[in-house]
Order: sequence, then structure tokens, then C-alpha cells
Amino acid sequence: METTRRKFTSAELQQYKKRSMFSEVWRNYKKSPSAMIGLVIIIIIIIAAIVAQFVYDYDTDIVQQNIKERFQRPNAEHLLGTDQYGRDVLTRILYGAKYSLSVGIVSVAISCVLGSSLGLIAGYYGGFTENLILRVCEVFAGIPSVLLGIAIMSAFGQSIVVLMFAIGLVYVPMFARTARAAVLPVRDQEYIEAARVSGVGDLKIIFGHVLPNAMSPIIVQVTMGVANGILTASSLSFLGLGVPVPAPEWGAMLSNGREFIRDYGYLTLFPGLAIMITVLVFNLMGDGLRDALDPKLKQ
Amino acid sequence: MSEKAIAKERDLILDVKNLNVRFETDDGIVRAVNGLDLQIERGHAIGLVGETGAGKTTTALALLRLVPDPPGVVECEKLELDGRDVLGMSIKELEKVRGKDISMIFQDPMTALNPVFTVGDQIAESIFLHENVSYVEAQKRAVAMLELVGIPGERAGEYPHQFSGGMKQRVVIAIALACHPQLLIADEPTTALDVTIQAQVLDLMKNLREQYKTSLIMITHDLGIVAEICDEVAVMYAGNVVEKGTLEDVFNRTKHPYTEGLFNSLPNIRDRKAMLTPIKGLMPDPTALPEGCPFSPRCPYAGDDCAAPQVIRSISETHFVRCCAYDRPGFHIERKER
Repeated sequence: METTRRKFTSAELQQYKKRSMFSEVWRNYKKSPSAMIGLVIIIIIIIAAIVAQFVYDYDTDIVQQNIKERFQRPNAEHLLGTDQYGRDVLTRILYGAKYSLSVGIVSVAISCVLGSSLGLIAGYYGGFTENLILRVCEVFAGIPSVLLGIAIMSAFGQSIVVLMFAIGLVYVPMFARTARAAVLPVRDQEYIEAARVSGVGDLKIIFGHVLPNAMSPIIVQVTMGVANGILTASSLSFLGLGVPVPAPEWGAMLSNGREFIRDYGYLTLFPGLAIMITVLVFNLMGDGLRDALDPKLKQ
Repeated sequence: MSEKAIAKERDLILDVKNLNVRFETDDGIVRAVNGLDLQIERGHAIGLVGETGAGKTTTALALLRLVPDPPGVVECEKLELDGRDVLGMSIKELEKVRGKDISMIFQDPMTALNPVFTVGDQIAESIFLHENVSYVEAQKRAVAMLELVGIPGERAGEYPHQFSGGMKQRVVIAIALACHPQLLIADEPTTALDVTIQAQVLDLMKNLREQYKTSLIMITHDLGIVAEICDEVAVMYAGNVVEKGTLEDVFNRTKHPYTEGLFNSLPNIRDRKAMLTPIKGLMPDPTALPEGCPFSPRCPYAGDDCAAPQVIRSISETHFVRCCAYDRPGFHIERKER
């Protein structure tokens, strides 16, 4: 057989490599308008949260009371009105975005890394390992998540770092079960056997070959997790166990406005809207990512 | 001459003695491979033929020490690859051998490629793992490998679903041969392909094998493929080799009744109206193998002596058969006339 060998420049190789990775996913992601809206709003929220840190001073703008201006309904000077201490609601919401975002993202990162690793190992090895991991996860999953969060928060004290770990731990079983379920159909595929035949080690097979094929449900779980994490953090703050007052955490602001819901509904409406929109856009982005990452859907 | 000296003289790439594989399940012990011996000389191609469930694939996996454990239990007196003991190897050493010295082509190219990686990456991975090269260099060699199997190098960045079945099998071959292994196991490499693509793929394998002097174990139930590609044939039945010899030996001087049955059940191209003559009965249940010769319940020549454990006997220097009927004076089998 005649074989032709052409020398490939590294630039050419780089080119096909590039096309295969990020830009391919991006190209598919761009096709979905709802996913793009989600992404744009997330970027806006993140930028707003960052800018707010520099524009506003925590002591004077966020927590300082200003009784003269209390309970002002939304107007030109205070776009979203002021609360019972005369603090500007818009300023507090913008500044408070950092709590919700960081708690949501960090806690999901913790539970995703821990939970997915456990799930992957359980699903790949099966047998006793699987039983052990899943049973322990079930024990944790059996405790209501807010209750478990409350228990961890009261045991380790009230701070934002503890809150992140508390919520992270709460969602570990969910990730473990999702990852395990995603691994099962992949584990027995011939290409996994083929990787073993090529001399690839177990760890590399689990994280290099099984994980990318089991990615879609985990990604969906991550976005659900960020949304859930934000909700749980808000719930705990609402109960007075999350980020300590007077920090403008959205859940704490909700709780704050609860007493005045009859006369000054906007005090609960706007933080609630902020939570809802954030949760929604993370879900939109997750859906878009899932479609974009699945090579089987590529045209 | 001592046994070792003979082995050296024959330059064996693979030497297996008394290989046993059984699966201990809740429903009983499945005896998949029972005392199999196999020797392959460097550069030779051997065809492993037999019907479904004869233990061909299990044998291949056992050679790579990839039989799932539990439930699989592998016992072996000797398993040497190129003079090195595979049985005593640690997991790390095994991972070095797999893909580098011995590699495998799978039956179904549709599922043997990882759908989330480009074909270039999948070929490069094997090179990157085993050859001491940078990733960019591995990529370059992957592209060269792809061209070698007749796929344009530009397509290295594409995903498996963008290839046809025949091209996927070429990619699988490229992966298997990427590190120039000494022994290649092809597990029914053409079963999932149509006949024209089969011919192309077989041609490709034949050429590459000659080019790289790779030894080959061809697992198949297609005797035509064996005749085309192999130097030697080992016929397997119920987890053991019942007849082994050169192509000439097995095809033209068939000795074992099972092999004879296989040839007799081939359709006759000159007489298209002739009825097929299959071997009667089914392969014995591997959880309850009969004493003695496992083929005896289906064998037209079966006698009382078949109940005793069978030993392999040599007909000539290259031709071996596991059948006690040759102890009977004047015994010979009858091939259908063609």
C-alpha cells in the first residue's frame, strides 16, 4: 500500500486542536438565545457585584443607619426605596450579590468535586466500594438539607466560610448519586475497555475517559446546585443562621422586610426578585451548556 | 535439547501453558477457558476460530490480564510475552505492556471509540502514554498514523461520530498499531462491517502487519478470513483448542471431528440447491461441561473412550489434535466432497 506522510506544522495542529475544544462548545452555545440571555445576565450580575465593592463603602453606604430617610418608596433618588433604617435597597442588593454568588458557586464547587469524585469511584469500581459510598451518602441525604445546614452552622459557628462548607456538604450526596448513575452506562462501553487495553491507568480512565462522557448530568446538577445553593443560603440567612447581620445578604434582607410586608412590600419584593432572577439565569445557562457540551447533538 | 532451548529456537512472542478462566457467579461456576495452550512465533499470524461462547474473547482478555475480577478467576501455569512473565507483573508494569507490546482491536468500531474525544487525541493518547514524547509530537505522529491507515490527516480534529463504520475501524487499527506492538489481538475486527469494507480493512491489516512485523491473533468465526490472513489456525471448542496447525494442515488435512463439522457446514458455492449441514446440537453449557471430550455429545464418531480426559496429540511437527479417536486403529474422518 502506498502511504503518504505529510509533515504537519505545529500551527496546523494547534488549529485543529483549538477548533475541537472551547470554540466548538461556544459555537453551539451561541445558538440558543435563552442560554445567551442567561449568560449575559449572569455576567451583568457578576460585574455589578464587583463594581459595587469599589463604589460603595461598607460602613457608610451599606450598614449605616439614616433614620431621616427611612421607608421611602421607590423614587428617583432611591430607585428601589429605602428600608426601616433608611438604607438604600438597590445599593444593598447590588452589594449583597457577592454573598449569594460566592456562597452558591463555592458551595457547589465543594459538593461537585467531593460528590462527583465519590460517585465516579462508586460507579466505576462497584461492589463493596459502591455500597459503602452510597449508603453513607443516603444517611446524609436522609437529613433534610436545611436542618443539616442548621446543625453544621450551629456546630461550627456563623460565618460565610462555614456557610459555604455547610451547603457544600449538604449537596454532596446529590452529586454522588448523579455521578454514579451517569457512570454506569459509560463504564461498560467498549471504549473504556479499549483504554484499559492501551495501558491507561484506573484513575486516568475514571477522570479522563469516564467523566467527560458522564458530564452532561453533572453539569445540569451544577447549575441546579448553584441555584439551590443560593436558595439554601438565603433560607439559612432568613432564619438568622447564614451570613451574620447587618451584612446585606438577600435572604437576610427578605427576613428584614418581612415585618413590613403589608405596608412596604417592596422591601421583600426586590431581594426576592434578585434571588429569583439569579436562580433562573443559572438554570438557563446550565441548559445551554448541556446542549453545547454534548457532541452527539452537534450538527 | 531442553525445553527452553526449543523455545528460543522458535522465537516465541507468546507462550501460554494451561490457561484456565472461570467465572464464579451465583448461578454456578462458568468454565470459559479450560487448560488452553498457545504458542505464537514472532511475526506469525494465528487464527482463533470457534463458535460463539467457545472462549475466544475471554482468552484474549486473559492474555492482557483484563478478565473482570470478581467474578473472573484466571489460573495459568505460564504466560509469557516476548520472554517476559506477564503473570507476575504489577499493575504498573501491566499498564506499560498494554498498548505498547500487546494491543487489541475490538469487534464493534461504533463503540470502541470514545465519543467525546477527537480521533487524533485518541491515537495520540496511546503514543503519549508509551513513547517518551511531548504531546505535540504525539499529535503529529497520530496524524501520520491516521494517514497510514488511509484517512486524510486533516480529519484528526474530528469526532468519531463524523466517521463511517469502516473509517472508525481504521481509526481503531491506527490506535492499536500506534506504538508498533509486537502482538496484536484482533477480536472479530470485521464482524460489524459490510463485505467490501471488510476486504479493505483486512487488506490494511495485512499490509501493516507485514510492514511492522507484528504477530497477530485473529479471533473470528469466518474461516475465509483465516485463510486470507493467517499462517496458523487454532480451532477452539468449549474453552480449549481442539485442533491446531498450519493453514494447510487444518484446511486440507482436517483431523478433528469438530473442525470437520465446521467445514461441512459451509455453504457450497458449486451446488446452490444443496441443504446446509450444520453440526447437530449446541455447545455444552459451560457451567456443566461433560467429562472427557466436550464435543463427544455432538460427535458422529463418539465412542466409549471419549469419556476419558483428552490429551493433545501431534499428527505432524506442526499439526496437533485433541481427539482420542486416533487411538482406534484405522480411524479417519470423512470430509464432504466439494
